[in-house]
Amino acid sequence: MQTMLKQHSGFRAAQPGRQVVKVRAVAAPLKTATSAPAKAPLVTPEVAKDLYYDMVLGREFEEMCAQMYYRGKMFGFVHLYSGQEAVSSGVIRLLRPDDHVVSTYRDHVHALSKGVSAREVMAELFGKKTGCCRGQGGSMHMFSAKHNVLGGYAFIGEGIPVGLGAAFQSKYRRDVLGEETSDSVTCSFFGDGTCNVGQFYESLNMAALYKLPHIFVVENNLWAIGMSHLRATSRTSGDETPYIYKKGPAFGMPGVLVDGMDVLKVRQVAQEAVERARRGEGPTLIEAETYRFRGHSLADPDELRSKEEKARYQARDPIPQLKKYMLEHGLATEAEIKALEDKVAEVVEDSVKFADESPKPERGQLLENVFADPRGFGISEDGRYRYQQPGFSSGTAIVS
Amino acid sequence: MLPGLLQQARKHGVLCRVPRLTAAIRGFASAQSEMTVRDALNSALDEELARDDKVYILGEEVGEYQGAYKITRGLLQKYGADRVKDTPITEAGFTGIAVGSAFAGLKPVCEFMTWNFAMQAIDQIINSAAKTLYMSAGKISCPIVFRGPNGAAAGVAAQHSQCFAAWYSSVPGLKVLAPYDSEDARGLLKAAIRDPDPVVFLENEIMYGQAFPVNAQVLDKDFTLPIGKAKVMREGKHVTLVSFSKMVGYCLKAADHLSKEGVHCEVINLRTIKPLDKATLLASIKKTHKMVTVEEGWPQCGVGSEISALMQELAFDELDAPVLRVTGAEVPMPYAANLEAAALPQVDDIIKAVKKVLG
Repeated sequence: MQTMLKQHSGFRAAQPGRQVVKVRAVAAPLKTATSAPAKAPLVTPEVAKDLYYDMVLGREFEEMCAQMYYRGKMFGFVHLYSGQEAVSSGVIRLLRPDDHVVSTYRDHVHALSKGVSAREVMAELFGKKTGCCRGQGGSMHMFSAKHNVLGGYAFIGEGIPVGLGAAFQSKYRRDVLGEETSDSVTCSFFGDGTCNVGQFYESLNMAALYKLPHIFVVENNLWAIGMSHLRATSRTSGDETPYIYKKGPAFGMPGVLVDGMDVLKVRQVAQEAVERARRGEGPTLIEAETYRFRGHSLADPDELRSKEEKARYQARDPIPQLKKYMLEHGLATEAEIKALEDKVAEVVEDSVKFADESPKPERGQLLENVFADPRGFGISEDGRYRYQQPGFSSGTAIVS
Repeated sequence: MLPGLLQQARKHGVLCRVPRLTAAIRGFASAQSEMTVRDALNSALDEELARDDKVYILGEEVGEYQGAYKITRGLLQKYGADRVKDTPITEAGFTGIAVGSAFAGLKPVCEFMTWNFAMQAIDQIINSAAKTLYMSAGKISCPIVFRGPNGAAAGVAAQHSQCFAAWYSSVPGLKVLAPYDSEDARGLLKAAIRDPDPVVFLENEIMYGQAFPVNAQVLDKDFTLPIGKAKVMREGKHVTLVSFSKMVGYCLKAADHLSKEGVHCEVINLRTIKPLDKATLLASIKKTHKMVTVEEGWPQCGVGSEISALMQELAFDELDAPVLRVTGAEVPMPYAANLEAAALPQVDDIIKAVKKVLG
């Protein structure tokens, strides 16, 4: 726990005039290049390559979304994750298939990291029936029963209790249903803005009270649309800036602050939290300092963030950081890295082609999946259930 | 256990109205032929907890307190704290937990101390529970029951007396049930718990202590009632009275009184507010050609408004008079006892409405 609490580097200095604390990179050489060799790598080559691939996939996918949006293929509210990949890859790539993930509207990359195919996510964004939610969910509502992605919630804060519910289920299976091996965990992802929503506090309390195997992952990117975290959040007595991770111990769980631009640090911290949860020791609150390179959504002119701030974080881009680390520690060659990048480009291109060529949902799909039991539509005038009427689900929007 | 409970009741004071509890005990003692609504709900929960170990109950005071209105009495002792969970006062939080656990395969029964408090959790009920099956295109379902007392009690004033039937019944993805008597309470609650969709179960605090006759069929542990089917409580040919929950009793009283004057009312107990049983309503209107709806809730966009719209759309030529709605007054519930009585439909109001519709 001591180690976790000290894992803290890279400070934001969002306001001019504040002292900028130097960023500690993942594996800075302790002395100059001529002296002792760099420390042993934190991960195996396989893990490093998997993380790299996942981050590049997240980035390229989101950048492609921007292109597609401006070409009119995607519509509505689209919130991109570019810049925050280290958090998604760092946490989700060490989860098991039976672990759950819950997110907010900024959920494309969480779904991809968890294993939902790029094709299905892109098709969903295009509103096609081959999407992971058959075009019924959209950008903000990514669900996958197969990969245990429980959404995709537009109201920030409402996903966290749902995440707690999935964790509750895991504990219930062990304690009540007698499944001794039931130790799946749930990770809920949300931002700094969410940390002022009531449901966040209710969830911290209940997760600690019930000792749920749940990890709260705060992706603190300093901005909630145009509202700076420093303007929106009060400070703990004696502090200069607000710290979200400190709210963990207030509720009885460890709170950890981590450099969210460094995938290996995120992974280390997440690993400890996940193992704690699996052992039945309860929840953890992780605050990952990160940044979104683009605006809140594709409709956001993003005028309030300063150019200097953006440049500072661009310099800490997690992808080149990991690439550098892999090369320095011999975890991958240039050729292997290029191969991964090429593979990603192929996958993303293919997903666009797939989405483009996929059909739109048929009219009849409108009334499908409202109820698991279609008798929920009720009994019609002639005494039969409405769903039994011929042509029921090919109805128009005016259905009485 | 029962004397101990009485002691606890006296110790805890207000919520546990001792006279009612005594009545409940009496009702419980003669369970062969009569059963209170409270015991009907309690026995339904008991049987469903025994039948499926994925079913669990959570809410405020459901465990050690034996239930704020004693609906979950005895269940903690029988099934343990892992299946009958006391929560902090954290509606959005515990409702979300219940919904998330339903997504992940469990079958929660989420109790709200009253449906008024569910307004703190309405985000989870509507945005998570009701909509997720649709948003996930059928992959992630929510087999949850939200239950608790709805509507006015006695002297509990504006923030504890609202009827939520109209609000929840407008949401696609929810099923909305409202039992009247003990048979309804048992059959509908068991059906709701076994249903794969989210169900809003609107009980009534005044009805909890009322006893009704129950037969062996109703007491069977697999007794369920179909969701979406109304019940004709009393047949008649002059006018149809449509209602749900406590108001069904008022309609029956009004029908009794009117029958002495030669006016025979058909009384329909909706049982399910969503989906509405159009077939039963239409069959009745074709017989009587006149309809009065009765509800406690506010008039604008109420359940009666929906029924009225349906009747004129589907049976315009059958109507000899406009459908009249008897509703609560369009005011937040006042506290003074006489004003409260004036704000809610009384048997006389129903009688007046019937006479008006008869011309």
